Amino acid sequence: MKTHLARIIAISKKELLHIIRDPRTLIIIVLMPVIQLIMFGYAMNLEIQRVDMAVIDHDRSRTAVDLQEAFRQNGFFNLFPYEGKLADAEALFLERRARVILMIPADFGKHLQREPLVPVQLLIDAADPNAAVNIQNYCNQVIRIFNERYGSALALPFEIESTIWFNPDMKSAYFFVPGILALLLVMISALLTSITIAREKEMGTMEQILVSPVRPYEIILGKVIPYAVLAFLDGALILFLGMVFFQVPFIGSALLLAALVLLFVITALSLGLLISTVTSTQQIAMMVALFATLLPTLLLSGFIFPIPSMPRILQLLSYVVPAKYFLVIVRGIMLKGNTLTQLLVPAGFLALLTAVLLAGAWKKFRVNLE
Amino acid sequence: MNSQPVSVQTEGLTRRFGKFTAVDRVSITVNQGEIFGFLGANGAGKTTMIRMLCGLLKPSEGKGSVAGFDVYRQSEEIKKHIGYMSQKFSLYDDLTITENIEFYGGIYGLSREAIRHRREQLLEQTGLQDASRKMTRDLPLGFKQRLALGCALLHDPPVIFLDEPTSGVDPEARRSFWDLIYQTADNGKTVFVTTHFMDEAEYCHRVSIMRAGQLIALDTPGNLKKQYQQRSMQEVFVALVEAG
Repeated sequence: MKTHLARIIAISKKELLHIIRDPRTLIIIVLMPVIQLIMFGYAMNLEIQRVDMAVIDHDRSRTAVDLQEAFRQNGFFNLFPYEGKLADAEALFLERRARVILMIPADFGKHLQREPLVPVQLLIDAADPNAAVNIQNYCNQVIRIFNERYGSALALPFEIESTIWFNPDMKSAYFFVPGILALLLVMISALLTSITIAREKEMGTMEQILVSPVRPYEIILGKVIPYAVLAFLDGALILFLGMVFFQVPFIGSALLLAALVLLFVITALSLGLLISTVTSTQQIAMMVALFATLLPTLLLSGFIFPIPSMPRILQLLSYVVPAKYFLVIVRGIMLKGNTLTQLLVPAGFLALLTAVLLAGAWKKFRVNLE
Repeated sequence: MNSQPVSVQTEGLTRRFGKFTAVDRVSITVNQGEIFGFLGANGAGKTTMIRMLCGLLKPSEGKGSVAGFDVYRQSEEIKKHIGYMSQKFSLYDDLTITENIEFYGGIYGLSREAIRHRREQLLEQTGLQDASRKMTRDLPLGFKQRLALGCALLHDPPVIFLDEPTSGVDPEARRSFWDLIYQTADNGKTVFVTTHFMDEAEYCHRVSIMRAGQLIALDTPGNLKKQYQQRSMQEVFVALVEAG
């Protein structure tokens, strides 16, 4: 038992020296989370603000001015008057001077006092469909408030009043901090592990280790432990930065999160080992790892694109992306304070996936070493 | 030499990969302290043979023992009692000389004191005392080669396998490396060496030549030259391999 442990420590120690001596690995581990947080936090903001709105006012009545004022007060829109004809308004979209055009018809104010329904035309540039839907929602909100104030003749039988929970201000930081956590854990655990093993094969040092009395499991543990520890520390760093700089809340149990992060790290490590068994050079390992871990985590996990709006085939594919479950878990624990009982389904799926990957990696790794 | 105990022995050792027979019924007996040369073109089966003897590959058929341990059942024991050095020298370029020695000492389960002792010894032997904190990548190839051999011998194994240990090294360094091999054999270790330099084959006590998985010759270089009426091992090898 003592010799087993000594051999694992010898391998881990050597692995740590590799990491310390290789600036590329250090950059991935230390700088990457910071850069990604800044990138997602400031540059790639998913919230839309200051939308340019061109106003064509054919009425120029008191009421029309009030309507415009209502839009202005919302703070979401940046209004400017447009004197041209509606037919020429397309140029506004083409030149990206406006993303939405509000057309107030002549006699809008007069009609509003007599008739139950007065049309106001709204043109939205839907080149970015998600933004268009957002803009439409904001417009509806403004118009509803305006109608209430003017005591619209039309009394609605009922009204949906939505209240947004867990992220009332719809801050995207709440959304991307867990995503970056998943991404980084996968990067370190799967990408770096598969590269380090491929490197040993490439250099011929793997052979040298294999002729020694070291057992396969000792190689795996020795290589994997330093990365697991680093992944863990990096995860803590991301959460810390997210909480300090982006005010992401943490309501749930830190212990539960730590336990499930460990599960996810094991999943990713298994994936990395599996990749290392099918690749013999660092280049190929990197390509395969990017394709098998990074892209699915970025695109198919629900990190950026909601899974329910994906084509059916991609939805099915997302079931084997570990980050899909991990994101539900992290968001659940941090934002909603979920307990383990509430997370049994995603945690169960993740555990199942981990078991399959680990068994596969273990079996292939042993065969591969023969 | 026959009075020496047997170190490596095989009888009809065979390894097949699917329908391809990489090693075909090879029988050899190597005595302790012997330098045993292993010649053959690429793909002749040398590597497969060595892998089986090192416990990396299970034979399909036949018998084999290394340092008294069975190749089928005791591969773990074999691994503890052999050293191995390949043509790649298998050192970590981004580790210092000391760190490399400590790592290899560590995976063979040597104690701290043993590692320290062996390290001093090895640094002195290789003349690297003042360079122990140097990165291995900055070493000249000849020194890397000596260091790699030293690492393979850290745990004092009775048998050592050298897989083309002199490829890429200049003639001067090759000669001094062979001095080291003789020293090792004089210390009672069995040296199993593959090479494609025929002048090196002359240095071996006995030489075996493989072709298409089969052993086609096994004797001292002197006897082989006499038998095939050639002046050098180079000519013996050409005559034998081309005869096939």
